[in-house]
Amino acid sequence: MARIGVFICHCGENISATVDCEKVAGTIGRLRHVVHSVDYKYMCSDPGQNLIKEAIREHKLSGVVVAACSPRMHEPTFRRACAEAGLNPYLCEMANLREHCSWVHEKNDLTTEKAIDIVRTLVEKVKLNAALQPIRVPVTRTALVIGGGIAGIQSALDIANTGHQVVMVERSPSIGGHMSQLSETFPTLDCSQCILTPRMVEVAQHPNIKLYTYAEIESVEGFIGNFKVKIRKKAKSIDEKLCTGCGLCTTKCPQKKIPNEFEQGMGMRPAIYIPFPQAVPNKPVIDREHCTYYVKGKCKVCEIVCPTKAIRFDQKDEIIEMEIGAIVIATGFDIKHADFFPEYGYGKYKDVIDGLQFERLASASGPTAGEIRRPSDGKIPENIVFIACAGSRDPAKGIAYCSKICCMYTAKHAMLYKHKVHEGKAYVFYMDIRSGGKNYDEFVRRAIEEDHVNYIRGRVSTIYERDGRLIIKGADTLLGAKPVEIVADMVVLATAGVANAGAEELAQKLHVSYDTYKFFAEAHPKLKPVETNTAGIFLAGACQNPKDIPDSVSQASGAAVKVAALFSQSELTREPLVAVVNRSAPPVYSTCVGCFLCQSVCPYQAIESEDFKTRDGRIFKTVAKINEGLCQGCGTCVALCRSKSIDLQGYSNKQVYAEVVALLNEY
Amino acid sequence: MKTGIYPGCSLTGSARDYNESVFALAEALGLNFDQIPDWNCCGATAAHNLNKELSIALPARILALAEKNSMDEIIVPCAACYSRLTVTQKELKKNPELKNRVSEILEMDYRGTSSILNVIEWIDKYVMPKLENRITKPFEHKVACYYGCLLVRPDKVLNYDRAEDPQTMDVVMNKIGATTVDFPFKTECCGAGLSISRTETVSRLSGKIVEDAEHRGAEAIIVACPMCHSNLDMRRSNINKYWNADYKLPVIFVTQAIGLAIGLTPAKTGLKRHFVDVKIS
Repeated sequence: MARIGVFICHCGENISATVDCEKVAGTIGRLRHVVHSVDYKYMCSDPGQNLIKEAIREHKLSGVVVAACSPRMHEPTFRRACAEAGLNPYLCEMANLREHCSWVHEKNDLTTEKAIDIVRTLVEKVKLNAALQPIRVPVTRTALVIGGGIAGIQSALDIANTGHQVVMVERSPSIGGHMSQLSETFPTLDCSQCILTPRMVEVAQHPNIKLYTYAEIESVEGFIGNFKVKIRKKAKSIDEKLCTGCGLCTTKCPQKKIPNEFEQGMGMRPAIYIPFPQAVPNKPVIDREHCTYYVKGKCKVCEIVCPTKAIRFDQKDEIIEMEIGAIVIATGFDIKHADFFPEYGYGKYKDVIDGLQFERLASASGPTAGEIRRPSDGKIPENIVFIACAGSRDPAKGIAYCSKICCMYTAKHAMLYKHKVHEGKAYVFYMDIRSGGKNYDEFVRRAIEEDHVNYIRGRVSTIYERDGRLIIKGADTLLGAKPVEIVADMVVLATAGVANAGAEELAQKLHVSYDTYKFFAEAHPKLKPVETNTAGIFLAGACQNPKDIPDSVSQASGAAVKVAALFSQSELTREPLVAVVNRSAPPVYSTCVGCFLCQSVCPYQAIESEDFKTRDGRIFKTVAKINEGLCQGCGTCVALCRSKSIDLQGYSNKQVYAEVVALLNEY
Repeated sequence: MKTGIYPGCSLTGSARDYNESVFALAEALGLNFDQIPDWNCCGATAAHNLNKELSIALPARILALAEKNSMDEIIVPCAACYSRLTVTQKELKKNPELKNRVSEILEMDYRGTSSILNVIEWIDKYVMPKLENRITKPFEHKVACYYGCLLVRPDKVLNYDRAEDPQTMDVVMNKIGATTVDFPFKTECCGAGLSISRTETVSRLSGKIVEDAEHRGAEAIIVACPMCHSNLDMRRSNINKYWNADYKLPVIFVTQAIGLAIGLTPAKTGLKRHFVDVKIS
């Protein structure tokens, strides 16, 4: 016989101002099986909790209903109190009288009636509650960090420094990401490489970090704490143990006409190459798409010149399998290139470049050794025009969002230009200046006031070339949309930041959501910005949306803490509110018929199969089985199951019917 | 497949030369089309500034007449007419209520089944396949192809060529032997309808187009719109006066250039009607 105790909370005046709590307690106390019903000002306070604990002991309660605020707020509190009094915590339910009733209604009899109805339904439900045990899942304390840019580096180092193992996978031959390409960084103008390269080296040398460059994620299976990851280590065509990174092969390679990705196509590289001098690891790879040997079948000059005989033409891709407990996605972003803009020359004018190309021009290690020289003829531009919001905030171009970093880096670019070309004139066309951030607006003001960069508020309609110079036509909206025409030697487009190539494919491999722009989606835009909706997979950096370095680094550390918290115990405890496929005694075993319709609708890939075998190993029945590590308790499978073989623990069909029936019946 | 042609007002008036070249080309290549009987004004720039229903009903009547005469497609050489007709067809396709209302106004059925061809589409589909072995005098001149606005814009409605940097006319001209210059003014405004009300503006805008074409070494500007032609050609004396210049660059309809290439006489293709002498042939 059920013995239910009900505890009505006033929540100060939050509930009692519109609900007659005393009346609710009295009415509920007269219901069948309710052996104890009281109201109290603050049920969540210590004395309030003690009221519950004492009642459990005194009245030998078999179930508890606390009618107070949202279970999201205090369910853990009251369940813990029950557990302390010896009652299984899952025999405690909360009736939400605050958000669902007192806050949204006027004070009157109907409001109190509704409060009674809410509590009644929960009383009927709790009678059917089962004593559940939390699910324990083992945790593999090794993290996988996908992407070796600044976000990945920060996450990996932070996790590794907590003493846990980290595997970093980077698809290009070196870690460093976009930050390694930058010249100086806003708002302090410190050299990007100078602050980044020590971190890169730290990653390579950290005893807790295993680095795989030139590698990609092949597949990911499993669930939080227990992922099984396959990594494809692409053939570098060298023996990394023998190679000393002397670079002789890269100087002798006869194929030297490949656009250099690191220099954003503004320089050439050989087929066997180290992407940049500070690369980590500092060893070359052979680009098989362009290597003369792989294309034409002969050459092998690198093999001849290599002093340590480290070239391996027959090397094959290697698949490495590993067990991973948590994953940090830090795959970064890309930018739209100048060829995205027909109105600005479709990439046909060599002196219309994008922001990353300007970074390389301004970088001391770049193709011009830091001198601002235009790509077409190497001339130092006397007039230079920067166009912010090239593609961003432009629904007509299909990109409605703000790319966030462009206002700042455009100010930086204009400043760097003025610092290097004192007599030059710099113009910036902009829509709005978005410079929120510590010392950011001061930085932009400095560009305008101290470096005399000419900011023009308006958009550029067209750019064309005439007699070797570029004509920029735009409007100055602060001068009444007056048309402006500027003759310049070079134009820099602050093109929109977009999701990195392959982001969608990776998201599908990892079963995490992404938005319409193919950026990875966070679990909650405000309160879970680092988590994805797949447990155990976290986000860091610009793979989520365009971000600057400080934001990427902060988020990366945030993701690392999430991983460290997960790894702080050898087992994970999960709420047992998961779906279960029934099992029964032979010869039925389960009412499940093995149609696996549930498998097709499960958003979490939590449905597996289980075989029943005879003693000689013959499979005679296959039924669905739910992986309780993966199941999030959404109940979609329950609704879909044709033979009603699945039920959701804590929210079983019987419990829900009992609540509905209670509402329909008079009391 | 029955093809019709909608000349619109310009081709019977200020752009008779354009009309003559279209018909001369068709005759020489054995292409057939019938004029839509009892056609009316497309509404031009005036109607859609005044009354939306009127601006839709006028072109809808033309399209309904084409359907009534079982024309599967209609050639619309004037870029402005082409724009109005296409806008109407698209609008009525997505707005069944307006479609019913228009049928009511017209007291005619409108189904929206005739497809609309601009002059370049007509050339691509019918003229080009017949040109082989017909080019007797390749048009070996350096030209600037000027598209203006209405042939390619609004691009969401017309969905024809690249709005910012169209190429279709360049391709046609290259095929008949011409070299096209990289012409950044190919979709700049010529002043359009201000031709009547603010001639100075037209002189200023059209002058820039002519100047840039000449600067890039073009021997002619190639157009496919009667309005562009009248602003660049008929208004040339105003342009020269405004800019204190003496631009002699002729403005030639794309159909006239093809006509010359297949050996038609300048008179036959209407080239004698131009204000700026066409000395190239």
